[in-house]
Amino acid sequence: MNLKKYQDVIVKPLIDENPITLQILGICSALAVTNNLSVTMVMCVAVISVISFSNLFISLIRNYIPSSIRIIVQMTIIASLVIVVDELLKAYDYETSKKLSVFVGLIITNCIVMGRAEAFAMKEKPLLSFLDGLGNGLGYSLILIAVATIRELFGAGTLFGYEILPLISNGGWYMGNNLLLLPPSSFIIIGLFIWLIRSLKSDQIEEDDFFVSKHSTSPDLSKREINV
Amino acid sequence: MNESIVKTIGVAFAVCLICSLVVSASAVSLRDLQKENKLNDKRIKILQVADIYDPNISIAEQFSELESKFIDFNTGLMMDEYNNFSIDDYDQIVVTKDPNLSSKVPTSEDIAIIKNRENVGKIYILRDEIGTIEKLVLPIRGYGLWGTLYGYISIEDDFNTVSGIEFYDHKETPGLGAEVDNPKWKAQWKGKKIYKDNKVNLVVIKGKVEADDSESTYKIDGLSGATITSRGVTNMVAYWFGESGYSSLLRELDYES
Repeated sequence: MNLKKYQDVIVKPLIDENPITLQILGICSALAVTNNLSVTMVMCVAVISVISFSNLFISLIRNYIPSSIRIIVQMTIIASLVIVVDELLKAYDYETSKKLSVFVGLIITNCIVMGRAEAFAMKEKPLLSFLDGLGNGLGYSLILIAVATIRELFGAGTLFGYEILPLISNGGWYMGNNLLLLPPSSFIIIGLFIWLIRSLKSDQIEEDDFFVSKHSTSPDLSKREINV
Repeated sequence: MNESIVKTIGVAFAVCLICSLVVSASAVSLRDLQKENKLNDKRIKILQVADIYDPNISIAEQFSELESKFIDFNTGLMMDEYNNFSIDDYDQIVVTKDPNLSSKVPTSEDIAIIKNRENVGKIYILRDEIGTIEKLVLPIRGYGLWGTLYGYISIEDDFNTVSGIEFYDHKETPGLGAEVDNPKWKAQWKGKKIYKDNKVNLVVIKGKVEADDSESTYKIDGLSGATITSRGVTNMVAYWFGESGYSSLLRELDYES
């Protein structure tokens, strides 16, 4: 058995092949649920379990899925798992499920889940697929938690709801940054992460798809053809 | 062989069957727990707004201390019975979808943007040992920035002084509008007066209430960065304590006492 292979599928998606910073997938939920750490944690657990199990189940039946309906079959399995996770949350963590509201349901459209199912689970063995899902879920969670920590700490002055930087409105000294509480701030933070990771690991830098040529002007205007 | 039509339909059918079984099994088996969570969540808010919540005692037991009553918005009278509804199951939000049990609010009066108001609402009464009313808990709702805020406001026995406010459902921006859940903000509602010369006078202002403001008992600090939510809360109070809301009930109770 090749242990390295198993280790790779878990460790690589953390930084080297991170679904958010390298593949730029799953951005929507990264914007929406990262203004509060405890909510983010629950979202991460939900996403990790959905990716891992959808990878596992899809890999189990990969040899029986006709390629003409494979996307629908994957979606059905993913959607069912998401509904189960949503129901469980509503039953056992009602407070958080109220805050996550529609975003649990939107895990169905999280491109990471679909991407791993199509790119990995359709080809590889169940255990390896499960671990690949776990690794990608963890990679996603790593970025989300980092973003949420920054947003909650500097936006609301708290971490997990506990006051770290006392806000002026609560009689403290810290003026919360309201921009960080709004979804667009995650764009900026994720952008900075991508910049940081790609400066440290230059192999992640993509080649330009095309080059922009320099502006050129004809020196003699009278020779220009003008179509009227 | 995977591509034959029979195989395709067979696989699709099998996947759908198994998935639907899993989904319905989880939905059915967890339904009771979810219902209880939802009910308890509302009940905790009601107990909190009446300021009698104790997390160590079972919610159902604490809730039995409160008396629930129907209130007819057209007459302002409290009722023990309404059609065949059991008071515990009556949901005044659900009945706003039934044209027989609710009425459309004319746009000119609809300052809280609730569209339909139930004909009969439900309120909660806290009585002291000898049975006089100590507090009233009144449901309120109104539009903020992103959606409707649902909550409760409690009134002292002079039927004019606010005792507390709680929201159990809203879609406001965390850190801005969602600060309606901030305990410090909610705390300043206690002791504020609603009516001045029989008119609703309580407003959420922009900025902070000055300490030397002679009208400060009618003013609440604005939520910083959430002007529209603050305005929504002001409108909500104005609507629900106005003529189409609880004002006739409160007048009647005040007269009686």
